[in-house]
Amino acid sequence: MSDRSGPRVAVVVFPGTWSERDFLHVSGLVGWRARTVWHTDANLGEVDAVVLPGGFAHGDHLRTGAIARFSPIMGAVQAFAERGGAVMGSCNGFQILCEAGMLPGALMRNDHLEFRCDWQWLRVERAIGPWLADDEVAAGDVIRLPISHGEGRYYADVPTLDELEASGRVALRYADASGAVTPDANPNGSLRGIAGIVNERGNVLGLMPHPERAAESDVGGIDGLRLLRSLDRWLVAQPAAAERRL
Amino acid sequence: MRWLADVHVRLRPEIADPEGQTIAGGLHALGFSTVQEVRSGKLLRVAFDASDHAAAEGAVAAMCRRLLANPVMETADWELRAESEPAEGEIA
Repeated sequence: MSDRSGPRVAVVVFPGTWSERDFLHVSGLVGWRARTVWHTDANLGEVDAVVLPGGFAHGDHLRTGAIARFSPIMGAVQAFAERGGAVMGSCNGFQILCEAGMLPGALMRNDHLEFRCDWQWLRVERAIGPWLADDEVAAGDVIRLPISHGEGRYYADVPTLDELEASGRVALRYADASGAVTPDANPNGSLRGIAGIVNERGNVLGLMPHPERAAESDVGGIDGLRLLRSLDRWLVAQPAAAERRL
Repeated sequence: MRWLADVHVRLRPEIADPEGQTIAGGLHALGFSTVQEVRSGKLLRVAFDASDHAAAEGAVAAMCRRLLANPVMETADWELRAESEPAEGEIA
């Protein structure tokens, strides 16, 4: 990988995805060479990271992500993750990763049954893998990102939740501005206030908030850019990045 | 042979069902004071071909396992019949 030209990022697009152009835009701010990949493609091409953006893949019919997980591209995404590649699913992308079994649990209808579109405080729980692990954003930070979802209530059974906590795989929790995780600060009824988790290896992150919508001060904040820069630092530091490429 | 499966997808009983709770509240507001609980779910009617009943059962089970229900939060059960048989309570 040439540092000058920046990491290569594939942004997967399903019918109904709506955040891919925002991701392409902010990728330019971070210095990534990002391009979209259509869901019927069987290969990702040469990439250093994969993003599953927000939206309503296949209209969210049956369940969010239920149809998308069977798209041909998901086999390549899974294989890329198994080789240690960094995969981030935001909002609908998080729902798809859960349906695909790449992350545990499920995202259910918000407990108040409303679609919630708002700015949300989040407490960074853990610095792990490519995420949230450096000067940009690290454990203990309180960041502010947009949320925009009707089905973001994180659910997993108690043993799974305990395992996520014990292994430090809860990445983000809904919080108030002081970082306190309270029922009032929880916008959707997620169990234990969980807003983002990683897989066992730490290279797959799912989060309900939208980092791509908080990358310029003109739109209200840059904490999303901080999160993406955190990934960028990891990508640039990976000597083995080339080995993971397809 | 054509078969019809009425697949009921339900939330696991231990999972909160705010939609069901809201519907129960609506029934209470209308005076149905004896209503104790409403659980929401989905009904999917699947029409498909299979050679016999055993093959049809196996096909529905596979559909539920692979796509129709997410075992993390849902269960699925179904009623299966050959298309020519009227469903219980229905007029053929």
